[in-house]
Amino acid sequence: MSMISCEKVYMNYDSTKAVNGVSFSVEKGDFLCIVGENGTGKSTLLKGILGLQKLNSGTIVFSGITNREIGYLPQRTLVQKDFPASVREVVLSGRQTKGFRLFYTANDRKTAQKNIELMGIGHIRSKPFNELSGGQQQRVLLARALCATQKLLLLDEPTTGLDPFVTAELYSLISRLNREHGVTVIMVTHDIRNSVEYANKILSMEHDGDFFGTTAEYMKTDAAKRIFGGGNNA
Amino acid sequence: MLDTFLQMFEYAFMLRAIIVGALVALCSALLGVTLVLKRYSMIGDGLSHVGFGALCIALAMNVAPLAVSVPVVVIAAFLLLQISENSKIKGDAAIALISSTALAVGVIVTSMTTGINSDVNGYMFGSILAMSDTDVIVSIILSVAVLVLYIVFYNKIFSVTFDESFARATGTKTKTYNTLISLLTAITIVIGMRIMGAMLISSLVIFPALTSMRVCRSFKRVVITSAIVSVVCFFIGLFISFAYSMPAGASVVAVNAVAFLVFSLIGIIKRRNA
Repeated sequence: MSMISCEKVYMNYDSTKAVNGVSFSVEKGDFLCIVGENGTGKSTLLKGILGLQKLNSGTIVFSGITNREIGYLPQRTLVQKDFPASVREVVLSGRQTKGFRLFYTANDRKTAQKNIELMGIGHIRSKPFNELSGGQQQRVLLARALCATQKLLLLDEPTTGLDPFVTAELYSLISRLNREHGVTVIMVTHDIRNSVEYANKILSMEHDGDFFGTTAEYMKTDAAKRIFGGGNNA
Repeated sequence: MLDTFLQMFEYAFMLRAIIVGALVALCSALLGVTLVLKRYSMIGDGLSHVGFGALCIALAMNVAPLAVSVPVVVIAAFLLLQISENSKIKGDAAIALISSTALAVGVIVTSMTTGINSDVNGYMFGSILAMSDTDVIVSIILSVAVLVLYIVFYNKIFSVTFDESFARATGTKTKTYNTLISLLTAITIVIGMRIMGAMLISSLVIFPALTSMRVCRSFKRVVITSAIVSVVCFFIGLFISFAYSMPAGASVVAVNAVAFLVFSLIGIIKRRNA
């Protein structure tokens, strides 16, 4: 059975239709990129998967995973810009998902430390979060997400506002988590070129209809041909 | 000077003001960090105006002030939170509406009954004579409850403040914690406004948090520093008020303003040397 199966999901953004009958499924170990233009409901769909927003109709079924085993990388918020918090505090807060804690346990601290090392941010772990660069902040938030899960990561446009080098680094980091650590990844992004390089499945949400399939299948669609120049048949 | 300081503790009314004031300073500093970071600073201000309206009605009806104002302000806190979360009217505008309406009701009720007497003046700008023994006991119980709840839920409060959508997506009941925070704020404001005054209590929520954020760069340090700053400023303010016969609430706010300037300066120097 699929880890997540989405059947004919309809959702609103404010009060206009945003997600129109989307169906897809994610297996364990998949790297799914949800791509599409602005306003096609990508982030709304992600909120639906996370249970942050109700579906109008359709079903999203999880199997072998609860919402306390999901790691989520939200879009960065305005609040975080002047929020005084050290890297360690932010990463540790990912352990809150493991239930109520008066104090963090030794095991929590060990997990946080391990994920800090894994993300290559050990040298800045006492620094204030809001003084880091965009790329470093995303690594911190990834480490926090990994404290919450080793199973499933959902990322909402993680590369927005990052320069191309940092973007490439972040993609290869996420891809390594997927390949070497078996973390299933669902990512919402504008970045189609990087998506087809790293993802094994693509959900493309466009105003004139959706596509869901493997990356190879996606490359044969008209939308992909428009972007990548149509290959040999052009 | 030491003599004057020690004299302060010899009067029963001063002792009551010191106990309640120090507890309120502590609670409001802790909650203030969260409120300021969540952009809810004005909620404190709005609630204190609602509290003023409630106190005026209590005075007119001749019933115990805390018995009326605590429930009224708690209800207002729930309303304000709901409004700032999901409403067509933006949060700050809604707060302005509610607080000025409450103020108007308070003034109307007062003018119809007692007129602006010294009691009402005390509600506006605070009075250290305001506390009765029962008030002190109720205030101590409420403040201790606020402190305990804050410490017990400290880690949750951090997660919910830093990133509400992450917390919610990963199974934390963020609504419960937001409600808890506004409940604690409401209680703190109602207790504090007796000494500080309805017009001045919100500064006790906002100042310590902003002051400590000038210098500190981690959440835990900000919380601890603002608690210390708030209590120290309260004592200095109360002492000045006692020694020079100035209004207590205004003195405490003035000391807080000075502390803010000093910390801002330290922050600037610190960053320049970093």
